[in-house]
Amino acid sequence: MHLLDNESAAAGSRPALFAQASSVPGIAAAQPPSMDHLDELEAQSIYILREAFARLKKLALLWSLGKDSNVMIWLARKAFFGRVPFPALHVDTGKKFPEMYAFRDRFGKEWDLDLRVEPCPPIDSVDPTLPPAARSAARKTEGLKLALNKYGFDGLIAGIRRDEEATRAKERVFSPRGTEGGWDVRDQPPEFWDQFNASPPPGAHLRIHPILHWTEADIWAYTKRENIPIIPLYLAKDGKRYRSLGDADITFPVASTASNIDEILTELDGTKVPERAGRALDHETEDAFERLRVAGYL
Amino acid sequence: MNMILPTAAISATPNGTTRPQVRIVIVGHVDHGKSTLVGRLLHETGSLPDGKLEMLKAVSARRGMPFEWSFLLDALQTERDQGITIDTTQIRFRTRSRDVVLIDAPGHAEFLRNMITGASQADGAVLIIDALEGVRDQTRRHGYLLHLLGVKQVAVVVNKMDRVAFSAERFKEISDEISAHLTGLGVKPTAVIPISARDGDGVAERTPRIDWYKGPTVVDALDALEPARPLAELPLRLPVQAIYKFDDRRIVAGRIESGSLKAGDEIVIMPAGKIAKIKTVESWPVTPLQGPQGAGRSVGITLDRELFLERGDIIGHSGQSPRDTRRIRARIFWLHDKPLAKGEQIVIRLGTKESRATVVAIEKAIDPGALSNEENTAIARNHVGEIDISLAQPVATDPYTDNPRTGRLVIEVNGRIAGGGLVLSVDAGRPAVPVDIVPVESALRPDERSARYRHNGAVIWLTGLPGSGKSTLARALERRLFGNGGSPILLDGDTLRAGLNGDLGFSPQDRAENIRRLAEVATHLARNGHIAIVAAVSPSAADRAAARRIADSAFREIYVATPAEICEQRDPKGHYAKARAGTLQGFTGIGNDYQPPTGNELTIDTSIRSVAEATEEIEQMLAKTGVLFDELTDLAANI
Repeated sequence: MHLLDNESAAAGSRPALFAQASSVPGIAAAQPPSMDHLDELEAQSIYILREAFARLKKLALLWSLGKDSNVMIWLARKAFFGRVPFPALHVDTGKKFPEMYAFRDRFGKEWDLDLRVEPCPPIDSVDPTLPPAARSAARKTEGLKLALNKYGFDGLIAGIRRDEEATRAKERVFSPRGTEGGWDVRDQPPEFWDQFNASPPPGAHLRIHPILHWTEADIWAYTKRENIPIIPLYLAKDGKRYRSLGDADITFPVASTASNIDEILTELDGTKVPERAGRALDHETEDAFERLRVAGYL
Repeated sequence: MNMILPTAAISATPNGTTRPQVRIVIVGHVDHGKSTLVGRLLHETGSLPDGKLEMLKAVSARRGMPFEWSFLLDALQTERDQGITIDTTQIRFRTRSRDVVLIDAPGHAEFLRNMITGASQADGAVLIIDALEGVRDQTRRHGYLLHLLGVKQVAVVVNKMDRVAFSAERFKEISDEISAHLTGLGVKPTAVIPISARDGDGVAERTPRIDWYKGPTVVDALDALEPARPLAELPLRLPVQAIYKFDDRRIVAGRIESGSLKAGDEIVIMPAGKIAKIKTVESWPVTPLQGPQGAGRSVGITLDRELFLERGDIIGHSGQSPRDTRRIRARIFWLHDKPLAKGEQIVIRLGTKESRATVVAIEKAIDPGALSNEENTAIARNHVGEIDISLAQPVATDPYTDNPRTGRLVIEVNGRIAGGGLVLSVDAGRPAVPVDIVPVESALRPDERSARYRHNGAVIWLTGLPGSGKSTLARALERRLFGNGGSPILLDGDTLRAGLNGDLGFSPQDRAENIRRLAEVATHLARNGHIAIVAAVSPSAADRAAARRIADSAFREIYVATPAEICEQRDPKGHYAKARAGTLQGFTGIGNDYQPPTGNELTIDTSIRSVAEATEEIEQMLAKTGVLFDELTDLAANI
């Protein structure tokens, strides 16, 4: 009955709120290690992933094979102690770089992911009024909708970041999507103090953005610190490298000599070129990106 | 005017070193120049991406509009069309010694939820005021919300000084007004700065046009901001997010909100108060972790014993645990269209805990934009207030002043966050009000009933010693009222003790509860147009006062003041005899434990009045106090 005795003793005592830590037995003098910037980002992302897992029934993580979603998978393994407890969904346009497919096939196995590859519909089924690159990206949105319907996910974890693009800066961490996958930027719920709106209406789903608060430089610094594998296309070859990876036909390299992560970080520190400069779809018309996001693009 | 800061001074620190990162929010009334200031700050600190300024200038030219600095932030199509910032946008730049994450928040009242979303993430705030317009309602509202959101570092900028000819007098006027407002809320401004965001004065440089101003520039003020620190000094608080059993380990996962923990610590799991020891601190890829883990870390621990614990519990150290309670007083802001009123059913989130709850009382309701307080029945959208909440389940929490992380809550309505606020106090002693009650209103209106019964609803409370004649009077009155077509219902204290109150004894607490239940039942009947006649000794003046509070204006107290010796002589139930013989404990009548009423509506001594006379007297009192309708008057009115 040792346990019961302890319990009743605890119930009877009124805790002193401001007792000195040193006066409490069991708390040694040793100070916990202080947290640096990457520690803070990591802790916050883990908190978000665990909240999503606790509050949604059927989650999937969108794995685009790029540097951001690779960091996200790493964070999920940290959050859940080595195991990603939901499927990794790759909505496949069929037009990624061969290096990306090789990466997927290798690390899908090594990281023990529940990998679901879902193909996109043919290009004919996509809004022909969109400019060519945007239309190609919209095809991916259609593929995503098909996958959503097929599995009935109520939450999709996506690796977007506020610093990537102005419209993404307006995102919530838990972002409700309509039944058609659309984003209503005008009616976003309030979100504060790490309290998230996790009850999408029937038929709708949530996007969950665990690395929304990270920057491109954060991603690289963390990738280096944690020794997370990367696709070699990110490193300079013949004076060019990819800063952002999408479909092979609408993604272009930027001029760079950075051949390792340290050099990438030095380069980013000085650059004023936007990260998505090599992504054609961002530049076709002034509002192409926003139109895509309202329709459910990441 | 072109005042780009020396680049070397801004980006002197190579990447990888630990420059403090501060998150700031710019708030204030709509059109007072938030986005313009942000655009200007980006330019002054050399933070604009190459080509962005030129691109926007080109877009402006194409649309035939003069270039505005605010275009930088208003990147969304819809915003350019409407000319207002809809949502928060986060922008990063560097000052001499800080990495600044700048959160722009909309000033339009319509988008207060977005302002709150942005400001809640900030370490510090810049409150912007138009020098021409001065302090406006949204200025005051945002000031109030900064206080509620716990943002303590606030710099005030008085913008558009060019519009008031850089008048030092006008600046001082506004500075005095806003400083007084903020100080009243417990927020001390770190600086009040005169600027022109459009022209650049005061943003990065004190220009000749504001040479009378000797304080910091906006960039200086940002440089002085301190990042929020994890609450390492406070007692341990680990809210449980989940319990994972992916393998043979049973891992309790959560983020340390304050304090620190390590393997071997003795912990208390609240609100249940269960005790255990931390066996290991788990991690990945390296596990277990040695040494202490501090505030801000997301951790997983295993315990030395199998205990039932769940999401929402809070782990603390023995002797320093949070409170457990089902009653909370909170100061809140409200964002939902429908005002928050007493009796409302809501969901409360305290950390990872979720509980259904009832609003027991609205103690204050204020429009933080107005200069004075006006309402206190319901808290309207975008207003603030203080409320008393009763929770369906016990929760662990701390008052906000003890722990700002575990002492804050959000309110959900229909699955959507509708408000939030600070825990002012917890009261473990007060009973919780049951949740899940959906009161069903009667199909009949009170006036329909009173037209038939020819009386209004009332609670007639007969108090007096045992044997004083309460039950006799009550029965006579009941017969009389019924004979006149009324609807009287007798609630006899002893009769109800046999059933409804069968669980209660005669301790002061049980007597009080007995009276409370009688009063509740009687009040319910009175609200439905009946006359509830309560005959109960009810010796405690405090208990009767409580009954009067419950029944409110329907309450009519009659003191049946028959002398004690006559009561004992009558002894209709044989209680006095038993009490004298010592076989009846806790009996009111012998001894001095009956507290006669003061302020009662009527006093009757049945030793000098017949039952008929006494009943007549009661009827007169009821007619005089508006319970019984005056037949003659009514008839006269009909002639």
